[in-house]
Amino acid sequence: MDDSPTAKFKKEILITGLGGQGIILAGQVLGTAACIADHLESTLTQSYGPEARGGACSAQVIISNKQIHYPYVRSADIIVCMSQSGYDKYRHMLADDGILIIDQDMVRSAEGAGGGLFPIPATRIAEELGRKMMANIVMLGFVTSVTGVASLQGMLSSVSDSVPKGTQSTNIAAFNKGYDFGQALLKARQKKAAAKKGADS
Amino acid sequence: MKPAVLTGEHFLTGDSACAEGALAAGCRFFAGYPITPATEIAEHMSKRLPEVGGVFIQMEDEMAAMAAVLGASCAGAKGMTATSGPGFSLMMENLGLGIAMETPCVVVNVQRAGPSTGLPTLGAQGDMMQARWGSHGHYEIIALAPASPQEIFFQTITAFNLSETYRLPVLIMADEVVGHLSERVLIPDPSKIRLESRPRPKGRKDRFRPFHPGANGVAPMANAGEGYMVHFTGLTHDERGYPVMTAEAHTEMVSRITGKIRANLDKIIQVEEYRLEDADVALISYGISSRSSYSAVDEARARGIKAGLLRLITVWPFPEEKIRELAGRVKCLITVELNLGQIHLEVQRCAAGMAPALLVGHAGGTVITPARILEEICGASRQ
Repeated sequence: MDDSPTAKFKKEILITGLGGQGIILAGQVLGTAACIADHLESTLTQSYGPEARGGACSAQVIISNKQIHYPYVRSADIIVCMSQSGYDKYRHMLADDGILIIDQDMVRSAEGAGGGLFPIPATRIAEELGRKMMANIVMLGFVTSVTGVASLQGMLSSVSDSVPKGTQSTNIAAFNKGYDFGQALLKARQKKAAAKKGADS
Repeated sequence: MKPAVLTGEHFLTGDSACAEGALAAGCRFFAGYPITPATEIAEHMSKRLPEVGGVFIQMEDEMAAMAAVLGASCAGAKGMTATSGPGFSLMMENLGLGIAMETPCVVVNVQRAGPSTGLPTLGAQGDMMQARWGSHGHYEIIALAPASPQEIFFQTITAFNLSETYRLPVLIMADEVVGHLSERVLIPDPSKIRLESRPRPKGRKDRFRPFHPGANGVAPMANAGEGYMVHFTGLTHDERGYPVMTAEAHTEMVSRITGKIRANLDKIIQVEEYRLEDADVALISYGISSRSSYSAVDEARARGIKAGLLRLITVWPFPEEKIRELAGRVKCLITVELNLGQIHLEVQRCAAGMAPALLVGHAGGTVITPARILEEICGASRQ
């Protein structure tokens, strides 16, 4: 169990937003990718109010190479916020070295932690693709890109398996948009860091 | 027709895994009424049962749902229903009918916080005593408590096997968290799944006595409509199934329906022991609360406190012998459950003063954290 010699790997991820944004589906896609494609242990728990749409909701995903007993986030390694209310409610759960990811049009002011702040206009990108409801999938591409919490191949197959039949290709396109946005952001930050290093030395 | 057993690796909610377990057990009839957080079981069955030649009926309410399941079982089908607290209350009368008629079936309660409408979307384990004594009169019941989607899959099969073997309704006392939690579920090949069916009658159909017990105390069961003389009633009845209004007949009938369970406790009761061998502090828990308990045991051990966990897989009949044995060798027992002390009372009764029996519990609506349990373990270990 916990005292076995192989190093323990564990990531706690909290995805939050409003009912109707596909928050739970996003958790489902991530949990499935980790479990089925990446052969890790994963759990998905969800919390939501009595109303189906518009209320605050969250999906909690734990990914580990060991058995997961307690399936809730205690100190989040990654928090993904797709609404201001979600940010306000859950920001305090982010670990000191945690990563904060936001939809920059939905969360107005956000303070990151040691792992950095990664903004993306996921909803706007989805609107430009013609389907606002794919913002969650755009966001998953971005999360995969900047955190590497699940494998790219695993996520692609999990997206295909989880979305309604006939919408796979548009959802994969949305995922790739988010993924590419993340890669471009990382590259820009690396360049900036290198330039700063060059200027300092 | 699609396969009834979806052999392979899946990422499923507890509710979906329960439905798949039922199908793998040969369940081909479901009657129910939707209620959070059990709705997804009905939803899943409504999609899957027609694919495998089964019948799904959404009934007008839970009383009718329970009655329909008993009817299907009397006709020879394996039947199930699923509900939560308010619906479970409504099912109690016909649950008693199922016990009196010795009718195999499975009733799933995905517990939410009560009393009354309570907290529909939030979990609790407050119906554990209702599971034991919710219907009137004196009887025995079997109730299982799953802690994961994988376990609810197998427990649903076990529940059908027990219900068929001992001819009674078997309860699966899940909770909202386990019902809505998604996790890996490995579904084995059908050849690896052991299924039991009710004892069946032999001999002359006109001389059949439907409540005449066989060797293990359980009477063979004929299907209604296949020619055997059958008579079912909730009234006290003799071996022919005919009403007899005497104390003697009542003693005989109640002794039979309780005796068939009491005589087979060793075959029915299952528990899991975790790090208990040298434990000073023993946690007793089940369902979602047991998962927090595992973490608390590991965290206590990391601090040098000898803690262990007895996880109840079968809650009813209560593992009395096991608790007595444990109470005789540990310094303290702590029951961890999402209510204000139900199984705790049973633990106290069985411990009978041999070891102090404490409780970590609250009224429901959120899970018990490992930190809260650890605090209690640390306190107990200092005594």
